[in-house]
Amino acid sequence: MRPKFIVGGIVIAAALAYMIYAGVTQSAVYFVTPAELRASAVAGKAYRLGGLVVPGSLTWEPRTLDLRFTLGDGTATVAVHHKGTPPDLFGEGRGAVVEGTWSADGYFRAGLILAKHSEEYKAPHDASAAGYRELIRTLQGAGR
Amino acid sequence: MKDPQRALGWLAAIGLAAGLVVAFGIAPREATQGNVQRIMYLHVPAILVAYLAFGVVLVASTTYLWRRAAGADRLAHASAEVGVIFTAINIATGSIWGKPTWGTWWTWDARLTSVSIMFVIYLAYLLLRAMLEDREQAARFAAVLGIVAALDIPLVHFSVYWWRTLHQPPTVLRPGSIPMDATFVAALTINLAAFALLYGYFVAKRVRLLKREQEVLA
Repeated sequence: MRPKFIVGGIVIAAALAYMIYAGVTQSAVYFVTPAELRASAVAGKAYRLGGLVVPGSLTWEPRTLDLRFTLGDGTATVAVHHKGTPPDLFGEGRGAVVEGTWSADGYFRAGLILAKHSEEYKAPHDASAAGYRELIRTLQGAGR
Repeated sequence: MKDPQRALGWLAAIGLAAGLVVAFGIAPREATQGNVQRIMYLHVPAILVAYLAFGVVLVASTTYLWRRAAGADRLAHASAEVGVIFTAINIATGSIWGKPTWGTWWTWDARLTSVSIMFVIYLAYLLLRAMLEDREQAARFAAVLGIVAALDIPLVHFSVYWWRTLHQPPTVLRPGSIPMDATFVAALTINLAAFALLYGYFVAKRVRLLKREQEVLA
């Protein structure tokens, strides 16, 4: 094979690899953390915010569909307001990514709630008992 | 059996049937996600076999440029076709899995974006092959693209480590132990084996067909 063909191929490959890497790195900060948002929040600007739903912060009003919770990253927290039903895996102590805007009143107005789950998969330890407890809990009207 | 290809086909069929039985009948319901987690037995084998398929494209393309063996070119062509199908299955099942768990069918995070790029690159590879009339030229150009395209495979896999994503890190292809109960691992392994057999069967069939095609046209 001609060396010029090999050299050309390597140059193209390296350029393509660099372009993909640089492009994705610069434009793909998929979400900002609460600390990053606090540092440079602009009211009315659209953000994607990711963090952990702080345990004890979640309230949901079934009649008005008002969902309120706090997202934290260990250093800072941001209050989030949303109107609607969250996805099944959304809950306290779990990861979530929300899309919306920063409000001048000091909270994040989310239009979309996404639940982030872990890479761990577990079998229910005692399937029947766990399922029964879950059923009782939902029948009693305890929120998710 | 006289025909090894037919034997491979039957093995794949038996594997897929066994895979369905373990995925729906034996593997337990996952604790947090519930039954929807069973999509994993289709979603994960599909992408792992797609990685395998595109790895074969890389090796066969290199072999073609080096030795100019028509067989290597046919193998690369067949493997790319099957890899594209498995990537499509992975993307479709991922989308269906995403809706009930994440709350969305699609989002442009680094994992979903990079896997889409991979899908489009290998579609372009097939398009390039179909466009060029001269078979020798098509094989040469496709081989170069088949090597360059492989750059996206590590990008897809490591995207969840390199960037913030909605998609979780890998469960199977990772350093250390698999954070999953043994029954899940067993069910996944059976389905992965079945998919690998199916891949082998499709590729063998397609390589033979391409050879006949070229004999007729020659």
